[in-house]
Amino acid sequence: MKRLAIVALALFATAACGGGSGSSRTLIQNKGSDTLVSVAQAWAEAYKEVDANVAVAVTGGGSGTGISSMINGTVDIANASRKMKESELEAARGNGVEPIEHVVGFDALAVYLHPDNPIDVMSLSQLAEIYGEGGETETWSQLGVTVPGCDSDEIVRVSRQNNSGTYVYFQEAVLGVERDFKLGSLDMHGSKDVVDLVENTPCAIGYSGLAYATDHVKLVSVMSAEDAPAVAPSVDTAIDGSYPIARPLMMYTAGQPTGAVGTYLEWILGDVGQCIILDKGYAPVTSVSCS
Amino acid sequence: MAHNAGALDRRDTAWYVDKAVEWLVFIGGISAIIFIVGIFVFIGKEGFGFILGRFDFAEFFFSPRWTPTSLTNATYGALALIVGTASVTGFAMLVSVPFSLGAAIYIAEFATGKRRETLKVLIEMLAAIPSVVWGFIGLSLMNPLIISVFNVPLGLNVLNAGIILGLMAAPIMTTIAEDALKAVPDGYREAAEALGATRWQVIRQVVLPAAKNGLVAAVLLGVGRGFGETMAVLMATGHSINIPSSIFDPVRALTATIATELGETAEGSEHYQALFALGILLFAVTFVINLTADLFVRGIKDK
Repeated sequence: MKRLAIVALALFATAACGGGSGSSRTLIQNKGSDTLVSVAQAWAEAYKEVDANVAVAVTGGGSGTGISSMINGTVDIANASRKMKESELEAARGNGVEPIEHVVGFDALAVYLHPDNPIDVMSLSQLAEIYGEGGETETWSQLGVTVPGCDSDEIVRVSRQNNSGTYVYFQEAVLGVERDFKLGSLDMHGSKDVVDLVENTPCAIGYSGLAYATDHVKLVSVMSAEDAPAVAPSVDTAIDGSYPIARPLMMYTAGQPTGAVGTYLEWILGDVGQCIILDKGYAPVTSVSCS
Repeated sequence: MAHNAGALDRRDTAWYVDKAVEWLVFIGGISAIIFIVGIFVFIGKEGFGFILGRFDFAEFFFSPRWTPTSLTNATYGALALIVGTASVTGFAMLVSVPFSLGAAIYIAEFATGKRRETLKVLIEMLAAIPSVVWGFIGLSLMNPLIISVFNVPLGLNVLNAGIILGLMAAPIMTTIAEDALKAVPDGYREAAEALGATRWQVIRQVVLPAAKNGLVAAVLLGVGRGFGETMAVLMATGHSINIPSSIFDPVRALTATIATELGETAEGSEHYQALFALGILLFAVTFVINLTADLFVRGIKDK
């Protein structure tokens, strides 16, 4: 009985201490896009040095999850790799929240091929015929190539699950908002999974953020039209806007950010924050010179 | 008299501990019922909005088009998902039933002493491997292997997921089948041997028929395991909406669809409710499978 009382007392004491230290530190909740999660974590980590009294807790879960948490008021900043949908904006206003969009960087969406695939350049319309519903392209020979190791000649389409920001952006930028994906693609559950699968599958084609590129996959240069120049995906071509499938990466706040959240966002958009996003393989919003 | 009553009324610490433990055990006992009802009410509440509103029986069960996020033509056809789950589970059973029953017969009828104990422990260890590890084996080991052995474009398919799932379902099937064989009284075996039957004749004509119900229950529990498995199936099937025409086609399972899509779906939306409708379907199927298995197990005990 006595021992139990001691344990209870100890528990109470730790709980009380925990509460005490929490009140002097500000906690910023940051949640959303899996594309942005590694950058967001790097920011949070580096910000400890800037202001020891502010802690940033970062979680992934996807753009949609982050946005709905921001609408419900459970997070301070939502990370998103796509713009908020009209339905989400309505839900926010219904909740008395006016979401403010902050573009924090750009991501070139790279088209990945197996290294043995002879194709180097593709146009948006070729991609649309491969991925889009009703598209005619089903085999590599239709594109005029034979892929070593892919005897069946079949194009294995690697895509993302239907509510990821990457999926939605690829649909808008390549297929057009109205056109659906052809059924039968392999719908991976993460940006990295797409690259891993393409790396191991000679017949495959996939799309994912440029930051996930490895030495074992090929990156396709993309033409916005048949007669347009082919542009290789890179941080530079994403910054100057010449690469046709680069998307803005956003952070949303409920209303104009004030206090610690405002200072944090200013820091992210400043030189130090933008050098961190560049270091992670994404394009910064402004041109910065980093060491 | 009063003195006597006081002596019988032992309300000391031990008495209170006794009462408290009794309550704790009671709560533990009925908690399963509370949880199952709670889960049913929860998925029912979330999914019935869809079933009563947007739900179209013909579309849900006969259309392979699962395109909940389409802006122009959102359809909720679960046929490809149902076929995907069924084909992977079916193939898994083809792989695992012969192995599991064989293992159970060997352990129950032939193996003795140390060998028997070692085998049992090893098979139980197989059940302790986390499903994400199985999925990882499917993704990074079996995928390139299947591509090079069968010369097919993709190694994430019914074959891959079926083998993985077969191995995952084998331990539970082996353990239950072995219990069923052990439950056959030794008198049966002795009587058959006394009539001059060989070892194989005893097993085939006496032990297996006598343990039939338990063996069916073992297989059904394996099927239930297959239907409900998520992570390994998500990683090994290729997660592709597709009605398979061969074991080399990728498919998509009901469970994996819920797992990947629920996280990013706005709460209460049509898509969210449709995913819960898939959950209700899964719940109903596994409930029927487990109930049938239970009835079969009861069948052996009544005999």
